[in-house]
Amino acid sequence: MVKKLLIRNGRVICPASGIDRTADVLIEDGRIAAVGEDLGAPGAETLDAAGLVVAPGFIDIHVHLREPGFTHAETIATGSRAAAAGGFTTICCMPNTNPVNDSATVTTYIVEKARREAVVNVFPIGAITKGSEGEELAAIGSMVAAGAVAISDDGRPVMNARVMRRAMETARVLDIPVIQHCEDLNLSAGGDMHECADSVRLGLRGIPAAAEDVMVARDILLAELTGARYHVAHISTKNAVAMVAFARQRGLPVTCEATPHHIALDTGHMRPYDSNFKMKPPLRGPEHVEAVIDGIIRGAVDCLATDHAPHAGDDKMQEFERCPFGIIGLETALGVALEVLVHTGRISLNRLVALFTSEPARVMGFRGDKARGALRPGYPGDVTIFHPEYPWTYDVKNSLSKSANTPFNGRTFRGGPIVTIVGGEIVWKAPGF
Amino acid sequence: MGRSLLGIEDLDRTEIERILDRAVAFQPHGGPSFAKVNTCTGMMVVNAFFENSTRTRSSFEIAAHRLGAETLSITAAGSSVAKGESLVDTLNTLSAMRPSVIVMRHQASGAPHFLARHLSTPIINAGDGTHEHPTQALLDARTILDRLGRLEGLRVVIIGDILHSRVARSNVFLLTKFGAHVVLCGPPTLLPREMAQIAPGVELEYDMRRAVRDANVIMMLRVQLERIHEPPMQAGEYFRFYGLRQEHVDLAHPDVIVMHPGPMNRGREISSEVADSQRSMILNQVENGVPVRMAVLERTLLW
Repeated sequence: MVKKLLIRNGRVICPASGIDRTADVLIEDGRIAAVGEDLGAPGAETLDAAGLVVAPGFIDIHVHLREPGFTHAETIATGSRAAAAGGFTTICCMPNTNPVNDSATVTTYIVEKARREAVVNVFPIGAITKGSEGEELAAIGSMVAAGAVAISDDGRPVMNARVMRRAMETARVLDIPVIQHCEDLNLSAGGDMHECADSVRLGLRGIPAAAEDVMVARDILLAELTGARYHVAHISTKNAVAMVAFARQRGLPVTCEATPHHIALDTGHMRPYDSNFKMKPPLRGPEHVEAVIDGIIRGAVDCLATDHAPHAGDDKMQEFERCPFGIIGLETALGVALEVLVHTGRISLNRLVALFTSEPARVMGFRGDKARGALRPGYPGDVTIFHPEYPWTYDVKNSLSKSANTPFNGRTFRGGPIVTIVGGEIVWKAPGF
Repeated sequence: MGRSLLGIEDLDRTEIERILDRAVAFQPHGGPSFAKVNTCTGMMVVNAFFENSTRTRSSFEIAAHRLGAETLSITAAGSSVAKGESLVDTLNTLSAMRPSVIVMRHQASGAPHFLARHLSTPIINAGDGTHEHPTQALLDARTILDRLGRLEGLRVVIIGDILHSRVARSNVFLLTKFGAHVVLCGPPTLLPREMAQIAPGVELEYDMRRAVRDANVIMMLRVQLERIHEPPMQAGEYFRFYGLRQEHVDLAHPDVIVMHPGPMNRGREISSEVADSQRSMILNQVENGVPVRMAVLERTLLW
């Protein structure tokens, strides 16, 4: 008996297939079977999606799941549930766990653990260097063989240009992207927030925008040298966006992502010394926020990614300068993106869906059994159903993440996820739906 | 429930004036010591100093005693923070002992602001990192008023390591609220351009001789080597370009006063000749620390 799920009468938006119309989506045996009008499916479980948007499952290529090693802050299980609650059906987890995911052993551990415990697809990202220490290349080929989809030392940059060059050469042959956390550590120099009048006024050490810019510039030159696919994580400055656009004009395979918080918040929104506003890169000034949004509108920014970075409460309950960097973001990503990008008329709903689906899939180069990001027959039965308008208020006490470090607690959003479907199974439903 | 004093930036002119006026009542006025008023008998002032301090801590203790309050002082070396307890737990523990106020100094900017959100006991900031040192600015203002009679229209030049100075920030906030013209001066590595934006009426000047011209007040700051990760310039070079000498005093207004919050490094940022001159208010500042802190404690405990 084939298991069938029929999603009826939703506004189906699939940018990769050029679909944006009212239609049904049929999932059979965990895979997309058909998209069309009035699909008949005897024996199918049906879901009425009238008034809702039915999209390919959202993909978040930048998540910290904290397992192994920091399971007091998050686990593969809890992080995947938070992802599902945010409408994400596939997440890529960064390697800065303990131990660092720099070997096939750790990659396999994450893949197996996710298979048993995660409610969404979890694709690990392997480290660029051993221990992410920036010196010796990690076992990149073995990690890719074990399921790693990209490499990054995220949380830290690869400071040594020669090491970065070697990593790019390796990645080019494996056809995986190299994802860089762009921060020149000599320029950021232990800073805690964006360098600006506010950092000076608050007596906090600043991280200048140039700390990001110089590394993006260097890496683009290295991408040209090596021919590697190079991806800038969490882009946050106007010069970095301009340089990525310039690289693309020159035909280089350079991409970048922006986080919801970097387009929704600037330094002026920070509550002084509140670590829920502390992350890397830091919240920037309004001119940078506008430049990143402009990059999204013009296509210089390829996709959105949350950089979901859970930290346990006691780690965030400290003096600002001692608090770790990062905020959670899976559950608020769609609400924030709708608010900043769609309700303001800056981009279409169709484009927003692309930023969460086909675009991240393209950046990562998902293909073969990993091909996703579209509602195409044969593709995984991953579907995100959301309402573009309904008002809801984020209460972090109800979060499915183990951590509560968010600047968006108590914020009311217009539109958010309703049902998340992974491999034809409903893994999350909005309360009351 | 008393009022915290976290910084000058949050105070309005009226509140500052009230503190400065009240402090006058506690000054010695030719007597042997500060007034002893016992308005705060039975109250408990906890001094929690997580960073070394001689003058501020003793000044707060004397101030509390002159008000009739009891004091308890803890320092980082002897505290549970040295045993790995978090700051918020340490302060919650102190708070459970029901002090009337916690006076705290901490090396992290914003530490008292962070704690004030989680604690019911009022907090007086005795210096947080490189952010604010509100009672220093208040005693500096009291000292200027004692000598020059006004703040409005004065040219006040603050010279030295502005970037790392909580004294500079609190003074900028206070003086500009009263219409003083504040000139900040120091080597470019220690005087970021953004400093001009933290309050209206602030000017930056990298040339010391131009900065001190016609100054009514020259306020010198120490280079805070402990907060600097790389030396900004060699010591001899620093004194040559940013050390205060008689030749600078000669360029200033004839009635100029010279101030320094201490601790002072003779021969590094100020010459002994100037430090010990009639123009120097350095000991007056220390003396005014007590009556001003008495007024600040009263504000929190009684007003």
